[in-house]
Amino acid sequence: MDLSSRRGVDLFVIFCVFLSLLYGSRAEVPSRPTASVTILPPIKPDNGPQPYPEEEKSNLPVFTMNYSRIQIPFEITLWMLLASFAKIGFHVYPKITFWVPESCLLVSIGLIVGGIMYSVHEKPPAVLTSNVFFLYMLPPIVLDSGYFMPTRPFFENVGTVLWFAVVGTLWNSIGIGMSLFAICQIEAFGVQDINLQENLLFATIISAVDPVAVLSVFEDVSVNEQLYIVVFGECLFNDAVTVVLYSMFSFVTEMPVVEPVDVFLGVARFLVVGLGGMGFGVLFGFVAAFTTRFTSKVREIEPLFIFMYSYLAYLVAELFAISSIMAIVCCALTMKYYVEENVSQRSCTTIRHVVKMLGAISETLIFFFLGVVTITTEHEWNWGYILFTLLFAFIWRGLGILVLTQIINPFRTIPFNTKDQFGMAYGGLRGAISFALAFTLPDNIGRKHLFVTATIVIILFTVFLQGISIRPLIEFINVRRTNRKTDTINIEIHTRLMEHTMAGIEDLCGQWSHYYWKDKFMKFNNRILRRILLRDNRAESSIVALYKKLELQNAIEILDTASGDISAAPSIISLQEEKKNSTKPKKKFLAADLKNMHDILSKNMYKIRERTVSYTSKHALPNDNQRREILIRRHSSIRRSLRPGSFQTRQIVPKSQKYFSLPPGESLNSRFPPTRQSSADAQETMSEVAYPGRRSRFGNRSSSGAMMPLHRLGTLKEVSSVDFLNESERGSTGRGSQSRPQSLRHHLSADDNNGLVDEMRIRQVEEEEEEEERPQASQPPAWAAEPRDETPQNPLLRRPQWNEKK
Amino acid sequence: PVSAAHLLRLHERFDFLDKDGRGHLRPEDFEEIRELTENPIGGRIIAAFFPPEKERLDFPSFVRILAHFRPIGKNRSRDRAQPEQANSRTGKLKFAFELYDQDRDGKISREELLQVLRAMLGLQVTEEQLRSIAERAVQEADIDGDGAISFDEFKKVKKKEPQGLKPAEKTNFCHVWFLRSHWRKWTWSTR
Repeated sequence: MDLSSRRGVDLFVIFCVFLSLLYGSRAEVPSRPTASVTILPPIKPDNGPQPYPEEEKSNLPVFTMNYSRIQIPFEITLWMLLASFAKIGFHVYPKITFWVPESCLLVSIGLIVGGIMYSVHEKPPAVLTSNVFFLYMLPPIVLDSGYFMPTRPFFENVGTVLWFAVVGTLWNSIGIGMSLFAICQIEAFGVQDINLQENLLFATIISAVDPVAVLSVFEDVSVNEQLYIVVFGECLFNDAVTVVLYSMFSFVTEMPVVEPVDVFLGVARFLVVGLGGMGFGVLFGFVAAFTTRFTSKVREIEPLFIFMYSYLAYLVAELFAISSIMAIVCCALTMKYYVEENVSQRSCTTIRHVVKMLGAISETLIFFFLGVVTITTEHEWNWGYILFTLLFAFIWRGLGILVLTQIINPFRTIPFNTKDQFGMAYGGLRGAISFALAFTLPDNIGRKHLFVTATIVIILFTVFLQGISIRPLIEFINVRRTNRKTDTINIEIHTRLMEHTMAGIEDLCGQWSHYYWKDKFMKFNNRILRRILLRDNRAESSIVALYKKLELQNAIEILDTASGDISAAPSIISLQEEKKNSTKPKKKFLAADLKNMHDILSKNMYKIRERTVSYTSKHALPNDNQRREILIRRHSSIRRSLRPGSFQTRQIVPKSQKYFSLPPGESLNSRFPPTRQSSADAQETMSEVAYPGRRSRFGNRSSSGAMMPLHRLGTLKEVSSVDFLNESERGSTGRGSQSRPQSLRHHLSADDNNGLVDEMRIRQVEEEEEEEERPQASQPPAWAAEPRDETPQNPLLRRPQWNEKK
Repeated sequence: PVSAAHLLRLHERFDFLDKDGRGHLRPEDFEEIRELTENPIGGRIIAAFFPPEKERLDFPSFVRILAHFRPIGKNRSRDRAQPEQANSRTGKLKFAFELYDQDRDGKISREELLQVLRAMLGLQVTEEQLRSIAERAVQEADIDGDGAISFDEFKKVKKKEPQGLKPAEKTNFCHVWFLRSHWRKWTWSTR
């Protein structure tokens, strides 16, 4: 981890330097006293009649200070540090961060700092131009969002997302614009000089829901996955509409008359912008994927490609004035899948960490500066206009969601209910994008300052009020749980079991639409794309490789933690004791015991699979500890049940069972092309070699820590034998884990140095084992033969004699 | 009775899961579902579809088992008249019971409960604690004192629950906002 974080820091420094260089190249330097103090005595000029003074002895300056040279990078760094300290400071009181989303806190700190600056009559650093915002601050956030976007739910909801993004934004803009125009006609407010086009322009700015704000709020409130995806997607994709409308209206404000041709051109432009953005993004994504195919020798700079290509996509889109947000999001989406297969584990980790870091920094800075600039810009206040803006923004969003949902619900397999709709409407926060757009308003609009003020008011309102109140509101409309303490233990257990069952059945039935296209795409993907873009294209074996890595990782971790828990916990011995215990007299349970039990249950039970939580947590990488734990548990229980003397009746069978899955030297045949030969990095080689040699050993060893990794490495094969006996774990986890998609691979935080050492160890032990077991391998040929014949295609998915269980 | 649209969708899903086009499902097909393998009791759920002696799941059986999850019909009288109906309360409870009772002996023994607990609890819980929890659970429910929970005892336990919380009939609670409303048609009755 050190290496990757160091790399992350390196990249960050590079980025900072890059930023500062570009920053410095522009001519907008704030007016700061440039102090250049030296101790050198000033040399008097030679002015003719003035007597030439005696040369003073000039000493070597021991201490000089040249501020102007470092001014710009220094200031940037200071601002970043200040914002980051603020972030650290928030977590001193966790209560605060629970109720108030971080964005609000940052804005408040920014307000304070802005106030200080204002009172000292300092101008804020010019870093807050909209150029800097759009070119430097926004891309990291959008990249972060796009990179960690859950693709599957996204593609399943892509229709809804686009519907809301496009039509919803249009609806909002036109609605708000029209109603504001109507308000302007009322004399009392004194804003009659704002014509329709300007109103529409302003409405466009404030109707854009902002991904930054939304995410930072939604992350704290774990929401329904559907909801999250739709709102999130809407934020990202309404950029296209916003860009078009903005350019259209700003173009139009300079024209005296609007013609139908212009409307038609607007639509055409929208298509260009939207599709162009997506197209560029996908193009760059593919190029990036293709590039990483060849980077096996230059692993150190692999992460760089990711960032450069996405940034390039963004800039090129900006060049053509098409939707840059869409470009970068599409680029990230496309790239991620292929790149993460091509690059090494370390690069993968680096990429993810750096993406997260950049995103977090940008977000922090944005909100922070929002606060600062609020104080320091010129404002023009107009009660009527601003209040009505607020009102209309709210009303139109609510109406829009309502109407649009009614229209699209019939097309969804999972229609939105009222609560969903409320969440969507309420979760439509405006943020910094609107702010930056307000600043780029052309100056020929008379009331520019009014617009800026109104935008700021809306942003602050939505971020603060809606952001803070969304959590209590959601909890309020949610079903409340009854007090757990009054439940019996039984009920608590059962409740959780039911929840898991529900989640499982849900997953079983899955989403029922889009599979046709998904299948087609997957076929296309496998046939063509993967061959071009991936370095080693082994259709299924990447899953195997992934699985092996996962196993290895778990193994290493078990060794590292060296905890007696796992090995000891599900040991067979305790189970046997259990049987004896049943005859003992019943224990009396005190109330304190009961309370303990409740506590244990509530704290330790695995949470229901919540696909959103890990993705919406902006400030953490997806956490898979729970999954890993579950995997470990299942393996250990498999292992356990294989022990002779387990509570199944068979005792002789285990010994022979375990072997039939192992065709010596043939482990990954047919379906899995020989993975032993090809392997990109040393680790894979090791694990692959170790893998086929893996035999499960039962009965000889007790459940020691050393057993675990060995066992797990070979689980794929063991599973066949295991399932035979393992009644309670009939869902052969090995196989299941095998089909785990590649995304899990990223979750392996590879402590590679350790890994290598451990692998050596494992290999050695396994080699010993191999020798021991070979003579026994020939033992039960009958067993071995049968299952293999049964399912010739999938040797690893063999399920032998299922029915013999009973 | 399942509606035609639902059946169609189920069939699509069935076909999708049946990757080799065999016309029936096998346990491996279920294991391809990633989330199911990450589910602590994923194995049991899969096992619920495949009773012992059966390795193939054809479509009618698939539907029959999923029918357990339909909401309890509004016409309660009709349900009571056919106690065997899958989505009746008894049917659902039976399904749940079988999740515990893996060896199908009609009782949930302490070991089985222990296994369930172990699957559902994290690693921080010691074996001692697990055992005492299981012990307590059995004690609470066990009426006839045989050290195991039979189906009738199981039913009684569920009946004793406080009003707002009936796992057998409850839909989506917990920290997730709400499961998809689509599932409300399919999941165990509405609030």
